[in-house]
Amino acid sequence: MTTEPIIETKPKRRVKNFALLSNRAGAMFLTPAGLLVSVFVIVPFFWVIFVSFTNRTLLGSTALNPEFVGLANYFALFDGSNFFQRGQFGFSLILTTQFVLASALLGQALLGLLLAWLIQTVPPAVKRLTETFVIAAWILPEVVIGFAWFAFLDRDQGTLNALLGTVGLPPGDFLLQQPFWVIVVFNTWRGAAFSMMLFSSAFSSIPPSYFQAADVAGASSWQKFKDIGLPLIRGHIVTDLILITMWTFNTFTPFLLTNGGPSYRTELVSIYNYRVAFNDFQFGKGAAVGVIMMLINLAFALIYLSIGRKKKVR
Amino acid sequence: MKLTLPAFIGRIAFSALAALIGAAFALPLLWFLFAPFNARAELGLAIPDPWTLSNFVTVFGNSFAVQALWNSLIQSVGGVILVGAAATLAAYALSRSSLPGKGAVTYILLLFSSVVSGSAAMVPIFLIVSAAGLIDTHLAVILTFAGGLLPTAMFILRDFIDSIPKSYEESAMVAGASPVQAFFDVALPVIRPGIVVVVVWGFVNIWGSFLIPFILLRSDDQMPASVAIYSFYSEAGTPIVTLLAAYSLIYSLPVIALYLFVSWKFGFRFFGGIKA
Repeated sequence: MTTEPIIETKPKRRVKNFALLSNRAGAMFLTPAGLLVSVFVIVPFFWVIFVSFTNRTLLGSTALNPEFVGLANYFALFDGSNFFQRGQFGFSLILTTQFVLASALLGQALLGLLLAWLIQTVPPAVKRLTETFVIAAWILPEVVIGFAWFAFLDRDQGTLNALLGTVGLPPGDFLLQQPFWVIVVFNTWRGAAFSMMLFSSAFSSIPPSYFQAADVAGASSWQKFKDIGLPLIRGHIVTDLILITMWTFNTFTPFLLTNGGPSYRTELVSIYNYRVAFNDFQFGKGAAVGVIMMLINLAFALIYLSIGRKKKVR
Repeated sequence: MKLTLPAFIGRIAFSALAALIGAAFALPLLWFLFAPFNARAELGLAIPDPWTLSNFVTVFGNSFAVQALWNSLIQSVGGVILVGAAATLAAYALSRSSLPGKGAVTYILLLFSSVVSGSAAMVPIFLIVSAAGLIDTHLAVILTFAGGLLPTAMFILRDFIDSIPKSYEESAMVAGASPVQAFFDVALPVIRPGIVVVVVWGFVNIWGSFLIPFILLRSDDQMPASVAIYSFYSEAGTPIVTLLAAYSLIYSLPVIALYLFVSWKFGFRFFGGIKA
């Protein structure tokens, strides 16, 4: 990622305004972007906090004249009597945590690491073919991917069950029986490319002489991976884990495969937020969910930025 | 260097494992290679017999489907023009002016852009668009994406501009050009590859997006392809597979083409941006 902020070190000499662009022109250049970002990124951040303290709805009288309800929406989300029930916020939050752990931190990162290591050594043809499919899973539009998996998992005709049949295993209706594991595998499959590309570029930035020396000493691939590759890309691994955690936490794509169902079993917080706001029309409560999501995002973003900052200063 | 037998076997095992993982990634997509060309396609994997383009003919005969692709194009191109222009100007200012506090601005933008995701901010985005009276318009989608994609676009471009020596513009100004002329006539042509990357990245993001148009648009004649695709279901609620398959392929083509273009021109490092 090339998006870390740079700490400006201003030259001490008092050269008369040596910037290429005057402040006035600079401010003008910044205005269009500033306006757009303010209205669609910064204002929503504060507005969602405000709305979360009201009982605003999409329809009815409270749509136009919402009342201030204090923390009622938050109390409703964290209601101890049904917090862990299916279809409630607590269930969603725990489900999302498990989803992030299983599909991003374990699935995407490990598979990406394995792939990145493998494609360093395999013949170019194998490398190109593998990369093509892994990246295709990542770049194709989410709607198309959702439908592809719907067909893939179909109970009666799907490719997966046909494949299981040829090795003598019984078919399954996975979207009904194991919806959580379906979206975990789905998201691992969908996102492994990013980790693979990040790690692969990290590996290729290690001087080849390190590995050649290890080869001369008779090191196995696992030893090279464990003792040379892994320690040298530690920074990239941290970056990768934070980024894929944030993306997976915010992803809405599983909705296209499962609709959050069956019976809320795949209702991640993003999908819960959608249902509360746009199906139940409770904007106040939906806003409260949004605030909590943003706070979680904020925590990860601050960690990410502080690491980026440390790297630049060092 | 001669390979020992264990090393040779190890190499074959590595290749086999890589190929196996590649195949596992290909499996869910295989269906898409065949179904669009099969007039009797179902959810099962089947080689078309005969291969035919009749599904595509049906899609292009469906005015709603064609309109949706057109809408996707309007929204993506509109969004990308805004992102490209605004990000270029802003990134240039961040790189070349000495505005006070621009480091802080950068930091705050970066922070907000990763905190305010589409799925966390769907309620306020809907309310803002609603308050502006823009619900169910192309402009709603265009502006929302322009705002959401701009911070990342600005960082990519600012890094790009930082890597260009200032002497380009300085020599132009020594020759009597104004700063604004130096920007348009000297800097802009040099920055162009960076702008291309940002524009392609933004286009792919908007073109493939589902959630934002899904909540901001209502009527059929505004829907982009990503949302319209869900109308290819029969009255019984089962998908019309032949149409869906062909339409999905058409809808994916621009993304595939742009990806190939970028990886041919720049290597594929650039798709790693933050997804909205």
